[in-house]
Amino acid sequence: MAVTEGVRPVAERTSAKRPNRLFKNMTAKIASIPMILTALVVFIGCTLWTIYHSFTKSRLLPAPDKWVGWDQYERLWNTRRWLVSIENLAIYGVCSLVLSLVIGFTLAALLDRKIRGEAVFRTIFLYPFALSFIVTGLVWQWILNPQFGIQQVVRNWGWEGFTFDPLNNAEIVIYGILIAGIWQGSGFIMVIMLAGLRGIDQDIWKASRVEGIPAWKTYIFIIIPMMRPIFVTALVLIAAGIIKVYDLVVAQTSGGPGIASEVPAKYVIEKMFQAQNLGQGFAASTMMLVSVLVVLIPWAYLEFGGKRRD
Amino acid sequence: MKFMRNALVGTTALCAATAVSAADLEVTHWWTSGGEAAAVAEFAKAFDDKTDHTWVDGAIAGSGGTARPIIISRILGGDPMHATQLNHGRQAEELIEAGLMLDLTDVAEAEGWKDLVNPTSLLDSCTVDGRIYCAPVNIHSWQWIWLSHKAFDDAGVSVPTSWDEYVAAAPALESAGKIPLAMGQQPWQSNGAFGVMAIAIAGIDAWSEVNINKNAEVAGGETYAKVFEAAANARAFAEKSNVQDWNQATNLVITGQAGAQIMGDWAQGEFQVAGQTAGQDYTCLPGLGVNEIISTGGDAFYFPKQDDPAIEAAQKEMAALLLSSEVQVNFNLKKGSLPVRGDVDLAAANDCMKKGLEILASGAILPDGNQTFSPDTTGQIEDLMVEFWNDPSYSAADAQARYAEIIADAD
Repeated sequence: MAVTEGVRPVAERTSAKRPNRLFKNMTAKIASIPMILTALVVFIGCTLWTIYHSFTKSRLLPAPDKWVGWDQYERLWNTRRWLVSIENLAIYGVCSLVLSLVIGFTLAALLDRKIRGEAVFRTIFLYPFALSFIVTGLVWQWILNPQFGIQQVVRNWGWEGFTFDPLNNAEIVIYGILIAGIWQGSGFIMVIMLAGLRGIDQDIWKASRVEGIPAWKTYIFIIIPMMRPIFVTALVLIAAGIIKVYDLVVAQTSGGPGIASEVPAKYVIEKMFQAQNLGQGFAASTMMLVSVLVVLIPWAYLEFGGKRRD
Repeated sequence: MKFMRNALVGTTALCAATAVSAADLEVTHWWTSGGEAAAVAEFAKAFDDKTDHTWVDGAIAGSGGTARPIIISRILGGDPMHATQLNHGRQAEELIEAGLMLDLTDVAEAEGWKDLVNPTSLLDSCTVDGRIYCAPVNIHSWQWIWLSHKAFDDAGVSVPTSWDEYVAAAPALESAGKIPLAMGQQPWQSNGAFGVMAIAIAGIDAWSEVNINKNAEVAGGETYAKVFEAAANARAFAEKSNVQDWNQATNLVITGQAGAQIMGDWAQGEFQVAGQTAGQDYTCLPGLGVNEIISTGGDAFYFPKQDDPAIEAAQKEMAALLLSSEVQVNFNLKKGSLPVRGDVDLAAANDCMKKGLEILASGAILPDGNQTFSPDTTGQIEDLMVEFWNDPSYSAADAQARYAEIIADAD
């Protein structure tokens, strides 16, 4: 592209009328009409529809004429269950983000040291990702069950007083879910990281070896900054997994004990279909959307707005 | 020759007729525990044997809380099943108003449901604007406590006959290494147990005032304060019970690991499957042995509207069949629930069911929570109750204040 533009005569560039940008690449634009329509109707249209109905008193069926203003939001933020859900999502989100990246990158870096049997380890680490959240949740429910799982095994080894029962302790139940989430997801992050590491030019390693820089310093100060796009991809994938966490909780604890492991997505689903209060569910899902946008907009601004400047 | 031809024509016509009318009806329900599955098999058997149609079982595991959203979203999403279980009450109210349910009024009139169904409030729950939209199949009452004889024997105390005696015996159970109160952790169980305690401790008048008239003052008043304190007390009894499903909790009682469970009469099916005898292996006390009264909740079948007239006819046949005497008896014996018809003979019923039948006949009945509150209000109360029952730091007074708030906004 750059070459053709370069050879174009100066006279032609200045005298010829600039073609209308709208009609450039016409075929490509026609081909993408269905996708554009889908995006507009399904994503934006349905989002607006949801936001509108969150201001109504819709029960089992949408009732666009029963306008109630901010009532649903007032009720939402006065509900203990919602507040607990938000808190849980924050804990789960931060821990899951940090741990997935750290564990994923560490595993990838270790595998990248040209170890023997790499393929075997790669398969083992990636394997949990092949399981659905429901299966993961049930498996970990058994592993963490005090009568059959880790607690009992350690007690049988002789430590009679050993207690590890996160799923029945309201204080730490969210960490019990976190363990399962990390176990399921970090293998996938590892694979993405490994792909990124393989994309790094071997000359960089040779150069750093010549300079006598230790491997860990090379990773932190050279390799990781070079892998920025990979980290962004991993971040988006992890973040999407966090905000929609639902089935893992349903399978592992059903939100219990009490309401200690509730998450926003579960609140939305249950208010919409179980409590037959669409308005309340829409208000909650709108708040979820807002929280995503609060993170996404500044990031998109930095990511895409910044590029145009340089 | 003419006779032969007529016969042939007749057979062909008959074949054609059956080919058109035989339909596969998909039926969704959440009857998945041992006793429940045995009961629903009675329906399927009767439907397959007595009609040309086939019962396609669409059981959804994981209690009503999980199944109802699936059922409702399928109906709303334009993929309705042919028949579905829901509870008596207001769960399908809006679906009926939106015209998504089949009108069963002609079946009801032909079968004379108005005279048969007892108590009549069950049919009222099915009725919207004078039309009947569901077929009630059984009566379930919440107001029971199930006591394990083995657990009390092991603890060396006699089996209690009332709630107060039970509370007095609880420490003995605890020191014998038993869980005094088995309790599943699903929200509806917490809410149900609280409702039962409210009737027993606050009395029927206060209960009706709160649940039927939605009187927030009574809900926040002194009578109900006693209920919350008793529940906080019971919460300590149930501390070590960390099972989820109600039938797992019932199993703790059956095996004698737990002393008691507050649970509706559907628990009876589990005792039956386990081969236990009422009065010998376990005892049931209606109204916690204090106020002998039962609520008339239960299950009803709804038939989502279909375009195909042949299927509609099959749906109506099923509706009529579910309420026929024989099916009612077979189903309810297995299920441990009471039949919706007053005219059937349940000679084979066990002691607990007979107690229930007597109370039903005496007219000491109350509407079920599902009939008095909208699903939204029920959901809010469930959220409160499940937190209260599981969080020892949630004080009785705080929970009561929140309860009164919900009742004040209830609809």
